[in-house]
Amino acid sequence: MTIALMTDIHSNREAFEACLAHAAEHGAEQFVFLGDFVGYGADPEWVLDTLIDHVARGAIALLGNHDAAALGTLPGRLNAGAQYCIEWTRPRLNAAHVDFLSQLPLSAEDGPCLYVHANGWDPAGFEYVFSSSEAGRSMRVASARITFCGHMHEPMLYHMGLTQRVETFSPIPGSPIPLSAARRWLALPGSVGQPRDGNPAACYAMFDELTSLLTYWRVPYDHEQAARKVLEAGLPPHLATLLVTGGAQ
Amino acid sequence: MILPPLAVGQRIDGFELEQHVHRGGMASLWRVSRPDLSFAAVMKVPSIQDDPTSIVGFEVEQMIMPLLSGPHVPRFVAAGGFEAQPYIVMEYIEGPSLRAKLDQAPLPAAEVAAIGTAVAEALHDLHQQHVIHLDLKPGNILLRPGGQMVLIDYGLARHEKLPDLLAEEFRLPLGTGPYISPEQVLRVRDDPRSDLFALGAVLYHLATGQRAFGTPTSVAGLRKRLYHAPAPPRAVNPDCPPWLQEVILHCLEPDPEQRYGSAAQVAFDLAQPRTVALTARSDLTGPAPLAEQLRRWLRSLGAVPERRNVSQQLMRAPIVLAAVDLSQEWEALADALRAAARRVLQSEPYARLACVSVLKTNRIGLDTPTDEAGRNLHVQRLVQLQHWARSLALPPNRVTYHVLEAPDPAVAIVDYARANRVDHIVIGSRASSGLRRYLGSVSTRVVAEAPCSVTVVKVPREETLGAAVSA
Repeated sequence: MTIALMTDIHSNREAFEACLAHAAEHGAEQFVFLGDFVGYGADPEWVLDTLIDHVARGAIALLGNHDAAALGTLPGRLNAGAQYCIEWTRPRLNAAHVDFLSQLPLSAEDGPCLYVHANGWDPAGFEYVFSSSEAGRSMRVASARITFCGHMHEPMLYHMGLTQRVETFSPIPGSPIPLSAARRWLALPGSVGQPRDGNPAACYAMFDELTSLLTYWRVPYDHEQAARKVLEAGLPPHLATLLVTGGAQ
Repeated sequence: MILPPLAVGQRIDGFELEQHVHRGGMASLWRVSRPDLSFAAVMKVPSIQDDPTSIVGFEVEQMIMPLLSGPHVPRFVAAGGFEAQPYIVMEYIEGPSLRAKLDQAPLPAAEVAAIGTAVAEALHDLHQQHVIHLDLKPGNILLRPGGQMVLIDYGLARHEKLPDLLAEEFRLPLGTGPYISPEQVLRVRDDPRSDLFALGAVLYHLATGQRAFGTPTSVAGLRKRLYHAPAPPRAVNPDCPPWLQEVILHCLEPDPEQRYGSAAQVAFDLAQPRTVALTARSDLTGPAPLAEQLRRWLRSLGAVPERRNVSQQLMRAPIVLAAVDLSQEWEALADALRAAARRVLQSEPYARLACVSVLKTNRIGLDTPTDEAGRNLHVQRLVQLQHWARSLALPPNRVTYHVLEAPDPAVAIVDYARANRVDHIVIGSRASSGLRRYLGSVSTRVVAEAPCSVTVVKVPREETLGAAVSA
């Protein structure tokens, strides 16, 4: 089974559409959405309708911190810009959207894989996997061999062998990586709707359960259009800039 | 992890163990069969199951081998993980390995060159698949019946597009004492030129009967090669010709930047000894002067190697073939061709230019080797080629000249490009005439059949002139 892993879509219809089309072309049979479906972007309704449709057909979807904020269940607060986007989003959600979000789990396990939005040690705390030390913390507590996390917007791959040393690898888009059964892996596919590594192309990953091959993808999409919509919606202008530059300084 | 010993007749995942063929320090080899396999196969099983280096090495091999293809690697069949019986099943290559040749060393120069060419071809093929071997040694080089070399044992290898499982995990240099490159001693694992150093050490042994750096086992002993140059091959074996010493010492340069740019360039020189540009390396008769040794030693203390991955390095060091036609009507084109060659070479600091001209021979019958004036046509062409390339001002070690004698220029150029792993052909094309369109021009056929990129150069004015004449 080929699983497409998409996360941090953040109401970006153009990016999400491009990734879904790319995944379909590349033979995705199952979809796992790792959370943060709303916030930042201008199309929460379309994004949530599409997710509801996919989940109805068997996809897995998880709760992200922005989604919890939209429901009003996030214990802390987001930063001011992000919070503004959530306030903007809330009145646009219909009952079905709210119902969908409120039923999302924080994590899911399937075969060798653990899916979680933020980390494996405390999914509800939404702490970040910034580096190899958090990645190690997560891999050590997970019973699954492979952890897929969202939350971090940059694609990255961590792994740990018998010596328990955690290694970091910057994946090369389009090159399949065999995830050896002899070690533990933590994969961050990177953000669909708001990449922040200097490249505006959308990020997602694909995992083939049978061959244990993980492929990271970068999908170019009409980010100008997505940015224009952010400005037209009256959302913070720096979020539009971020889509165009991909977070480059 | 302790696993029960394996026995003849046992079945593992559908493979039947037939014969124990090898027991090494790290792994055992069993001949195995499976009804659907059309070729002989061997199962590699790690023998030490609690040593991290050998376990991770096995993991590395399991990760890289399925991605490799072609005649220079054993065909991968299947792998089993550490959760049960770890193994790799691959095509059985009977050999012999190059180790058998060491006992006969020193070998004649022609034989060393032939072996070196075949090994360099195999290495280049591997590098083009984004993999650096990093443990090239005679025991890991097997001969196929057809004469091609097969590189085995990918336990220390590096795939540039995959995580390096060995990178940070182990503090000691990873490699084999006599062959490990200086940068590997410094724990750099991403330079394809490390394999060229190991190739140089193998060729040194074959040409002299001695090891270039002995058999050091300590890190201090390994570090010595950062500053200590081996005795020149000709000082050990006076029968070693200067061109072979040049090639071997060029491979053994401590600084990768001073080595050949690619394995294809090594193969190019070994296959065509007459075109090897001799430098001071070929003249060396004894160890480097003390002052030079001291200078190298001081430099080695703070040595921080430059990082460059396989694809980047191969891109920097292409072999460019300029197909030069020197007949009179091509004069205008010769200038345009030179300008195009200059553009291709400019951006690549380690590019080599092979200037090729085809001397057309008759398909049937003997050709007279001289023209009416009695000058040897072949030599005349060579001189013209050198003249054509002069204003490119390339150093002698970056340009070679070749006159091919063949009935069909297009076939000759394509064959030459294939045999020498040329990366880019630059060729001229005249304005099309009805007849040429009908017969197919040389450049059109080269474009269609070449194994690499081709730049076709035209003179824009030629067409206008032609139009004017016909009007």
